[in-house]
Amino acid sequence: MSSTLKPEDATQLFDAVKWAVSEEKPLDIHGLGTKRTIGRPSQHEFSLDLSGLTGVTLYEPEELVLSARAATPRAEVEKLLQDKNQEFAFEPPNFAGLLGADSGGTLGGMIASNLAGPRRIKAGAVRDHFLGFSGVSGRGETFKSGGRVVKNVTGYDLPKVIAGSWGTLAVVSDVTLKVLPAAETELTFALEGLSDEQAVAAMSEALQSSCEVSGVAHLPEGVIGAAATVLRIEGIGPSVEYRLDKLAGMLKEAGPSEKLAEESSKELWRCVRDVSFFADGSKRPVWRLSVPPMDGPKVAQAIAAKCDCRWFYDWAGGLIWCEVPEADNGCEETVRAAVAQTTGHATLIRASQAIRAAVDVFQPPAPGLAVLSQNLKSAFDPKGILNPGRMYAEA
Amino acid sequence: MSNLKMPEVDQTTLSRRKQIAGELRRIVPGEGVIDETEEMRAYESDGLTAYKQIPLLVVLPETVAQISEVLKYAHDNGIKVVPRGAGTSLSGGALPLADGILLGLGKFNKVLEVDYQNRCAVVQPGVTNLAITQAVQHEGFYYAPDPSSQIACTIGGNIAENSGGVHCLKYGLTTNNVLGLEIVLITGEIIRIGGKHLDSEGYDLLGLLVGSEGLLGVVTEVTVRILKSPETARAVLVGFPSSEDAGQCVADVISAGIIAGGMEMMDELAIHAAEEFVQAGYPLDVEALLIVELDGPEAEVDHLIDRVSEIAKKNKSVSIRVSTSEAERANFWAGRKAAFPAVGRISPDYYCMDGTIPRHQLPKVLARMNELSKTYDLRVANVFHAGDGNLHPLILYDANVPGELEKAEEFGADILTLCVEVGGVLTGEHGVGVEKRDLMPAMFTETDLNHQQRVKCAFDPDGLLNPGKVFPELHRCAELGRMHINKGQVPFPDIPRF
Repeated sequence: MSSTLKPEDATQLFDAVKWAVSEEKPLDIHGLGTKRTIGRPSQHEFSLDLSGLTGVTLYEPEELVLSARAATPRAEVEKLLQDKNQEFAFEPPNFAGLLGADSGGTLGGMIASNLAGPRRIKAGAVRDHFLGFSGVSGRGETFKSGGRVVKNVTGYDLPKVIAGSWGTLAVVSDVTLKVLPAAETELTFALEGLSDEQAVAAMSEALQSSCEVSGVAHLPEGVIGAAATVLRIEGIGPSVEYRLDKLAGMLKEAGPSEKLAEESSKELWRCVRDVSFFADGSKRPVWRLSVPPMDGPKVAQAIAAKCDCRWFYDWAGGLIWCEVPEADNGCEETVRAAVAQTTGHATLIRASQAIRAAVDVFQPPAPGLAVLSQNLKSAFDPKGILNPGRMYAEA
Repeated sequence: MSNLKMPEVDQTTLSRRKQIAGELRRIVPGEGVIDETEEMRAYESDGLTAYKQIPLLVVLPETVAQISEVLKYAHDNGIKVVPRGAGTSLSGGALPLADGILLGLGKFNKVLEVDYQNRCAVVQPGVTNLAITQAVQHEGFYYAPDPSSQIACTIGGNIAENSGGVHCLKYGLTTNNVLGLEIVLITGEIIRIGGKHLDSEGYDLLGLLVGSEGLLGVVTEVTVRILKSPETARAVLVGFPSSEDAGQCVADVISAGIIAGGMEMMDELAIHAAEEFVQAGYPLDVEALLIVELDGPEAEVDHLIDRVSEIAKKNKSVSIRVSTSEAERANFWAGRKAAFPAVGRISPDYYCMDGTIPRHQLPKVLARMNELSKTYDLRVANVFHAGDGNLHPLILYDANVPGELEKAEEFGADILTLCVEVGGVLTGEHGVGVEKRDLMPAMFTETDLNHQQRVKCAFDPDGLLNPGKVFPELHRCAELGRMHINKGQVPFPDIPRF
């Protein structure tokens, strides 16, 4: 049974990490723990519970900026933003359903995982909106990087590398993010019955237009019924109508279609974002693959040829969510081989502890990248105190 | 120039200059190695012309294999290397070193692939920013970041500096528009990061490399995102009696949920200089001028132009002009885009600063700047990327007047320190280079800077790539890696435990 340290402010956090460094005691770091099942399983004597570090410290809607303690619950922040018609433009997913957690987690977890939703194609990922932070590195030292302004090239862009580092480089205590106005309204254009290849071609055509599509997904037959290719348009009313009509005109040869009104559109994209189609109580492993969009079908079909799987595409084919059987460690070899046909990568987002202990959860980096990643880990955390082994066995 | 301390010159390297030139010629045959001082003079400085230094040698490789060999040779022999694109840096990022090889990437000027279906282009680092757009515009696409120097500056340099432009608020900076890189490390090892997919696997090394000012690796190939051009774009030109009113107008536009394609402000001196230079039709009886550009479908642009005009009126605007043709829109921009050379016409020299501030601090910063202008007895013109708070004060001086350059530099340093004081940063898009290097402690503690320098150590432990830039003090990596903590000496923290 591990012992949990629960700092209540940045000073206590500093003391805790400094002690762990001096005693060389690795720490399991978590906020609300909603994503604890992502990554290689680890069991350390001590865990560091950040859930006491909460509260929004600055919100200036007209400056498009928000700062908060790292473990501020996302739900609290999103409510605050909504009241001012703003949002995180990268549409972070809420995996409570998919992973069986009880909330959407914290800002810190959102940043540490760098997982973005459908609007990623237009608005960027978490890393593109993460402006600055302060925290404690694995050297037991408090440091900061970035700032509260969007345009900043002063020194290395450390927020980029902290985003998506799963708590392995530093324990972040305070974060600053860019926020943006939420769209006034949205509509979705849906095409029925397309094959994966047809869908990817249609989605690419839509993105090559000036319609400013903000969500582009394909749900093959069986995900929600008949195959559906869905394209979201957001903005002010007249513009949304205009662009949707234009899109419909462009794609009229592609097959039968329908329009989803605002409410159904919102519901649909929430499901795409949260991978709700696979949140049916099943424990079957789920992979997340990022590939060049046009390669999507080739990759999915290579997996389907060997595994009994279900999949759908977001990001116009560039993001594949694939649910596989538990056998053969969640089809690991097949998935890795399929993604290796491209420059892309695959991450196991949902799997049993046994599978996560047996396989690489994250994409194993190429040899040159592996050395740089290891150097970086040693630079921030020379004694391997912070979430050691969560991303890679040796880091 | 004034008191700039560069890394100690290695006399051994200087004495081996001939031999090094011979070795480099073996790697890059023909005219790829320049060792005549007069010919090297073309490389002695970049866009920050106050700093000059003839390099040890100039090498202009043509293949990635040659770059790799040059770097490996430099690494094995402990020779410093300074990478250079078009040399348009405004912060001295490409300033040569007396004992360093200047690695020019100008010959890497090909667009390798355009992939419309995946909406990206693969280019060599010496391709200019504008050339990327030119390679795809016949299909209606463009590359979004548009620094003012886009005719000349290269994408490799844009990567090094994380360059911006006037459309950043809506379309992001370089870092938000790059998908993949091939880089060569100082050891000569070639590494590929990212590709045509989104988000790097593992640590975001791509995000680290963009804006690393040539200190981590040499970029040899870039994959950028290309976007479909908006259906239409219109600009509105608004004059205000005070910069406070103009600033409030910007805040109100953003609060109304409008993210403009571009939102630029100029102060009186900049307006007059620009108008005199290009006759853009700017009002001359105003203290601040705002250009707001809206882009997208026509119906949307028309609607937003009306809303912006209403907001401007509420903020005491004294003149509003909406562009009615492409020519007129281009004309609105002509004055803004020529603001730097325009100021160059009314003063023998000018010094361009680049701080970013939280937007609401603008009136305070402008007022303080006016006071400083009086104290230093130097005029200052301001152009401002108002949407994202990036301020470009242009300090007017005359280098022929003894002491005036030093005075301009001190004035500039005061402005940047002021930016940090009000919650902003030292540089928004021009980079730290040598120019703002010694101001870094105004923003960062030594611990902050050491954490950044250890990233440098992870890539280049011997500190051979572009040393003397970004960091005020270069520590040895071995020294930075040391930890002074002894087991049992830190008490168990007095915090809640479960």
